[in-house]
Amino acid sequence: MKTLPAVDAVIVGGGWAGLLMAKELAQRTSLNIVVLERGPSRRASDYSTDMDELDYAIRFRMMQDLSKETVTLRHDAARRALPLRQHGAFLPGSGVGGSGEHWNAQVPRFLPDCFELLTKTSEKYGANALPESHAVRDWGITYNELEPYYTRVDKLLGTSGQAGNIRGKLLDGGNIFEGWRSEAYPTPPTKMPYFSVLFRDAAKSLGYHPYPAPSANISQTYTNPDGISRGGCTYCGFCARFGCMVGAKAQPTNLLLPVIEKRSNVTLRAGAWVRRILFDAVSKPAAARGVSYVASSGDEIFQPASLVFLASWTFNNTRFLLLSGIGEPYDPATGRGTVGSNLTHQVTVGAATAFFDRPLNRFMGSGSAGVLFSDFDRDDLDRSGLNFMRGGYFGARGYGFQPIGAFGVLPNSIKATWGSEWKKAAISCYDRTATIGFAGEHLAYKTNFMDLDPVYKDALGDPLLRLTLDWRDNERKMAAFATPIAVQVARAMGAREINPFPGLHSYDATHYNSTHIQGGTIMGDSPAHSVVSPYLQHWQLPNLFILGGSTFPQNASANPTPTVLAFVYRAADAIVDRYLKHPGPLA
Amino acid sequence: MRRRHFLTLSANTLGGFLVYSLDRKASLLSAQHKPIRVPLRFFTEAEALIVAAAASRILPSDESGPGAREAGVAIFIDRQLAGPYGRDRFRYTQPPFEDAPRELGYQGSATPRQIYRDGLKGLQGFHFLAPAAQDEALRKIESTMFFSLLRQNTIEGMFCDPLHGGNAGMVGWQLIGFPGPRMSNFDEIEKYYGKAFRPKPVSLRQATGSKVRPSEDEP
Repeated sequence: MKTLPAVDAVIVGGGWAGLLMAKELAQRTSLNIVVLERGPSRRASDYSTDMDELDYAIRFRMMQDLSKETVTLRHDAARRALPLRQHGAFLPGSGVGGSGEHWNAQVPRFLPDCFELLTKTSEKYGANALPESHAVRDWGITYNELEPYYTRVDKLLGTSGQAGNIRGKLLDGGNIFEGWRSEAYPTPPTKMPYFSVLFRDAAKSLGYHPYPAPSANISQTYTNPDGISRGGCTYCGFCARFGCMVGAKAQPTNLLLPVIEKRSNVTLRAGAWVRRILFDAVSKPAAARGVSYVASSGDEIFQPASLVFLASWTFNNTRFLLLSGIGEPYDPATGRGTVGSNLTHQVTVGAATAFFDRPLNRFMGSGSAGVLFSDFDRDDLDRSGLNFMRGGYFGARGYGFQPIGAFGVLPNSIKATWGSEWKKAAISCYDRTATIGFAGEHLAYKTNFMDLDPVYKDALGDPLLRLTLDWRDNERKMAAFATPIAVQVARAMGAREINPFPGLHSYDATHYNSTHIQGGTIMGDSPAHSVVSPYLQHWQLPNLFILGGSTFPQNASANPTPTVLAFVYRAADAIVDRYLKHPGPLA
Repeated sequence: MRRRHFLTLSANTLGGFLVYSLDRKASLLSAQHKPIRVPLRFFTEAEALIVAAAASRILPSDESGPGAREAGVAIFIDRQLAGPYGRDRFRYTQPPFEDAPRELGYQGSATPRQIYRDGLKGLQGFHFLAPAAQDEALRKIESTMFFSLLRQNTIEGMFCDPLHGGNAGMVGWQLIGFPGPRMSNFDEIEKYYGKAFRPKPVSLRQATGSKVRPSEDEP
């Protein structure tokens, strides 16, 4: 193995979390920083010709190359896990920008009580209100402490939306059930697709409180505090699974990379496949020494560094700790150990698919232009008559539908799946069909976790990560509760036929859910139950920081990126203001 | 080296009005009255004829409009199978291969190429059958992985950007009112509530003025 000259900081992963940390450290310090990204290098200008549904949305051109590495899955610990051989329930990105390039740019915040879920739920509903096998934890931080960082995130992204709660003042037209925000959104709401307008009017007529979805696919030209200007969205409809052709969608390559590239103290190495974090267990305190990786040349390289940041998404953040022998792996039989615990996914269901007699022009839209209502996603929800804990939000977004994926969605009354009758119905339904979505919280359970697979290996011979994951009654009941509400809204929208969600059964890796898998290296207020502190600092190796959704103790209903970024800002502040002056534990 | 195979198409079967990308050279079929021979990359001629006939039962050319035949779906599938998709370049293919619950997805070792080659053996002479007999033969294999791939690839070939060899002349897009990759709908998105907005389709190449390398041409 070749050893390179030591640097001040090495960052593993060049997506949202890693590049935001690189940008903050590069702008505010003279640290010598190396970012290691496994996938190809990418620039915002690469997307001028990517509006090809087949190669991007169907063949997954921007996603992780599963021929080299995937994960294995089993529904419970008594079964044998098998590899997920093709993409399905989640779509981790690869290359500079990571999943932040192909995302939809939906940017709600988490509810205030999410961060103190165990305490607040027990206080309000009693110690036994949560399901028996839950592993719900507090995060060791409050929403009020995080709010300024959320505001910085909105300014970074230029988020478009309508505030519903500014410093406690409730504002009609915004989400009055969200946590307080210190300022209005930087840009006004996006334009609205027709389907979303129908949904808004129907929801309002039923007494709900619809509001424009917060969107980092911005409504108009905006210049952020770093001086980066982007134009507004053109509603071309190519967002999810694509990079943005016009740069309206916030992406690491258009917001962070241009800043980083102007600094001489950051080097970005693409094609660098990290394998281990090397650490010194004897020193006091123990310390990470750097990381080893295989370069695109095939050479094994050791990159020593004074600070190590893991920002390689939920799976590999967890896997690197397990492969490197850092911390104690979680054992569900004894409850001991922390690494790999609290695996969660968002409860995302197509609650009602509605068939209309009018064209919807669904090719026009964006991944985050739409309308939501959160009447069942609030920390003061009246739970009487509800047989599950927590909740979620309903939405009608105008993603911009493309024909390979959308053709052939038909009312349940039509049984044909090919041939003339099917073709005729599919043509007629093609632009008259849309789905009301529901996104709900996923509690953490003792039985959902990650460890190393004993059988299957990656292309370099390292064990794959094994997921042990299934839905439980709380999620099934939540989905069953959401379905008739969505059906009622679809009916009020004038749908002539409605397919209700058929019900949540076993965790299904063959259908897209969301790329919001979390946990494995969770934060908390003590090393007994968590891997990092709320400063994202490893409890045992204080010069190791872990960034991303892997640090979330449980899943919220809301999409995670703004929360990921808010914690990165907070960690960066603590590192710049305190750690660099006095290296050591921050919490 | 495999013997060269061709699929013979007439301007008539392709609708007669299409701009068709052939060997990366655009040919205006309406200007040609002679049948054209498309070189095949993966299928034998007999296999291509069976795939064309079967795809055309999945999306028939009928009173609701053109189908798989006019879109050139068989050419699309031939190119896909010859490229990285056909050999499972992006799938995790390490053993052991074991049976799994449906929720874990396809666990087999067979690549799309192998699935087609095996599946087509069971459909010999299919293209000579009458439509009703063809439907009967397809109904017998409806639950196979081969049929499920054929159905999915037929939809792909009907509605993909023409750069992939399917959706010739954008017949698929015209059929459903999809305009292709439009650079902007800014002025239209809120203007057409409840009314169909159906601009003339444009291909990626037309919209961007650049030549794009499709994944099937990558190593």
